[in-house]
Amino acid sequence: MEAERADGAGLPSDYGSLTEPVKRELRAVVGDNHFKDDMQTRVTHSYDGTPMLQALPDGVVYPGSTEEVAGVMRILSRHRIPLVSRGSGTNLCGGTVPVQGGIVMVMHRMNKIVEVDLENLTATVQPGLNTKQFIAHVESLGLFYPPDPSSMAVSTIGGNIAECSGGLRGLKYGTTKDYVLGLTAVLASGEVIRTGGKLMKDVAGYDLTKLLVGSEGTLAVITEATLKLIPPPKFKKTLLAMYKDIYGAARTVSKIIEHRIIPATLEFLDNPTIRVVDDFAKLGLPLDMEAILLIEQDGDPETVERDIAVIERVCRGENAERVEVAASEEEALKLLTARRSAFTALARLRPTTILEDATVPRSKIADMVLAINRIAEKHRVNICTFGHAGDGNLHPTATTDARDPEEVHRVEAAFEEIFEAAIALGGTITGEHGVGMVKAPFLEWKVGPAGIEMMRGIKRAFDPQGLLNPGKMFAKSARRRVVIDRG
Amino acid sequence: MANGTGTLETPFERRNPLARKLKIRLDEDQLTNCMRCGFCLPACPTFRETGIEAESPRGRIALMKAVADGLMPPDEAFEQQMNHCLGCRACEPACPADVKYGQLIEQARDAIEDHTDTHRWWIKPIRRTVFKSLFPHPKRMRLLGGALKLYQRSGLQTAARKTGVMKLFPEHLRDMERILPDSSGQGVIRRIGDRHPAKGQPIAKVGLFRGCLMDVLFTDTNVHTVDLLTEAGFEVFIPDSQTCCGALHAHSGEAEGARKLARSNVRAFREAGVDYIVSNAGGCGAILKEYDHLLHEDGEWREDAAWFAGRVFDISDLLVKFGRVPAFDRKADGEPVRITYQDSCHLRNVMRSSDAPRRLMRQVPGAEFVEMAEADRCCGSAGIYNLTQPEMAGQILEHKMEHANATGARVLLTSNPGCLLQMKLGVQRHGDPGKMQVAHVVDFLHERMGGR
Repeated sequence: MEAERADGAGLPSDYGSLTEPVKRELRAVVGDNHFKDDMQTRVTHSYDGTPMLQALPDGVVYPGSTEEVAGVMRILSRHRIPLVSRGSGTNLCGGTVPVQGGIVMVMHRMNKIVEVDLENLTATVQPGLNTKQFIAHVESLGLFYPPDPSSMAVSTIGGNIAECSGGLRGLKYGTTKDYVLGLTAVLASGEVIRTGGKLMKDVAGYDLTKLLVGSEGTLAVITEATLKLIPPPKFKKTLLAMYKDIYGAARTVSKIIEHRIIPATLEFLDNPTIRVVDDFAKLGLPLDMEAILLIEQDGDPETVERDIAVIERVCRGENAERVEVAASEEEALKLLTARRSAFTALARLRPTTILEDATVPRSKIADMVLAINRIAEKHRVNICTFGHAGDGNLHPTATTDARDPEEVHRVEAAFEEIFEAAIALGGTITGEHGVGMVKAPFLEWKVGPAGIEMMRGIKRAFDPQGLLNPGKMFAKSARRRVVIDRG
Repeated sequence: MANGTGTLETPFERRNPLARKLKIRLDEDQLTNCMRCGFCLPACPTFRETGIEAESPRGRIALMKAVADGLMPPDEAFEQQMNHCLGCRACEPACPADVKYGQLIEQARDAIEDHTDTHRWWIKPIRRTVFKSLFPHPKRMRLLGGALKLYQRSGLQTAARKTGVMKLFPEHLRDMERILPDSSGQGVIRRIGDRHPAKGQPIAKVGLFRGCLMDVLFTDTNVHTVDLLTEAGFEVFIPDSQTCCGALHAHSGEAEGARKLARSNVRAFREAGVDYIVSNAGGCGAILKEYDHLLHEDGEWREDAAWFAGRVFDISDLLVKFGRVPAFDRKADGEPVRITYQDSCHLRNVMRSSDAPRRLMRQVPGAEFVEMAEADRCCGSAGIYNLTQPEMAGQILEHKMEHANATGARVLLTSNPGCLLQMKLGVQRHGDPGKMQVAHVVDFLHERMGGR
């Protein structure tokens, strides 16, 4: 179980150990009940939502305030003990697996909505707040917080910020980074910084707020966030289009945008996914379709009706075999079923489900999907692709069995080629899941050696001892690029 | 790093027979199927109460896997964690990967029960009485019912309460004694007989599963169930050779006891040649529906068990799906009444029936149905959980009653005797018994059927 102690950020990794005197110091800061190091607690904080990764922490701490986080960090910094801060542990990149041992810091106790400011349309919240509870509260006040990662019933705002979570509404409304205005964060030294504020304009120095969003807990521990809220759309309408030609579906996506229409949701299912979903949900989907697009527009009723009419025309113009516009909320829900059950249907196929998020410019979606299908065939693995077509963010999902190392190896080889293909198309290795451990070996492919070195410099400036979430983002050595088969 | 599942015996297993048994009993496929996405966390009552990962289904499965993989020994904390689960199975509908958590927790408890000596003092005698000497024996249940009736009506109950004898029991057992309904020593068959023709053209022949506790403490509800069924066009037969459903046994690690009971029930209803088997207790219905799984390794009974499981319905579902639902009346005084409903976890999460009871309640004129916030969450009754884990059960009940009181309902309805008693306890502790009545959906509907 013991992971090798080393760090890819080029930082010292001779960590101190969690001795009894250190434990006493930690208990003095957070209280006896909020530090645990029994086996049960350690085992249940040794994993996150990523398949096949597990490493035991030495202890788990549950702080109740920024001051307690700072107190804990001062102790850990003095003793050179690493820390992984986390929310609900739902990430898919191994971002919160404590590979170097040390302390896992669970933010669940810090789950308050500090304030909703109706004059500035901002909310100030603690990081352990559940995303869905927050969204429900905001909606009860007649406001809207758009980032909606699929895990939002489970995830926390702090986790969303650390991973810069996306979701179905990314195309029109952006992702988490577009809604974070200010942060309170504890540095590795235990010092507290405040960035941004209830400000729509703020160019005072480097934008540390944006830097911390998506930093995966490697730069600081976020302890409070000020978020932007917007007025909600008044009306929405849903449309489903099916295609025999995958390029027709892809052209539809580009054409819609060319018509100066940005749909709220523009989702995609490929043929292998359609088959699996239909088998699971018995929706009677035509199995000879190569692609399904699910499109939703929101806004003022007149605009929405006009946009949907244009979108319908575009779909038919691109030879959609079937176009269905939902006449009611109930019908819309029915159309959404195919997309909503995609993950569940796939997860039930085999014991292990590996969900990736290679992303390309939206004009390259068809090429990417076909490349994925070709790569899957080459490596004899089962990969279904669905995802957010509007922002080019695809979820090629492999179903396998962690107990079959030979097959898992083929899946890994296939994903390497998929990352390579995405980059070749001008895309990225991850659109919304983060780098963590899983994609650390591939980061250099995307950002280049100079880019990596710049990021390492930022890491060193924030965390010279390498205590915060070590072993993530930076690999000890980059993976050699595979020669891609472009056949 | 990732720990493979080797076949070699680990050091824990050599030293610890429980570790060995857990490794054999726990279904490795199910453990692997959990992909740790965490979607079960918000559905889990104990996680919501504590916010602690080990108190969640994902955490408990990780612990089971750690034990099966030899990463940690099944120590006392592990046993306690397995017993801390309510078994409400709200995690199952929430699980994308369809992990059979209910089966895993039962397998873990079954292995633990063979080895444990860590129960609190009152738990062993409760378990022995409940599982071995009482529930499997309908006659003894009725005798007990008779004794309870005597206790309740002879003045002994009043005396016991006055003299303070009850103070010798833990507080939660005292509370339970207070809310027990008036018992009957008879049961439904002795009261009204075992065969009941359908009104009008018969739709199908239905076998009533009367339950053990149900039949003694809630004989009226069983009688009313028969009335509702015949009124809706079903011929009803109540096989007298049926016994306890075995749910409490299965949930508490007494799998062999549960299988024995299952075989008796399968035989009783198969011989009766019924089209459907109807239950009015979510907790019983759910295990009846899982007899196919319970007996799937039993070559002789596998097929009959599948026949049985495929025919089990809750009364509400059967009425809505196949019956001629009778027209309900206003209350005699015409006063409108606000009602609300607490789901039975096993009815909702295992039998997957939540719509049918609500549909029936909404059909009653003069009754305003108000949905209670978090009606789909466990009330803390959970079989004998409220007796064995009183602290957590009490905490969950307190939160449940905040939602119940907020509805302003005069009548709180349920579909399971355990939930009904727990909600009564809740009203007594955290509500106003003068303002809120607790009843079974069947009894409420029957009352509104008028004098037919």
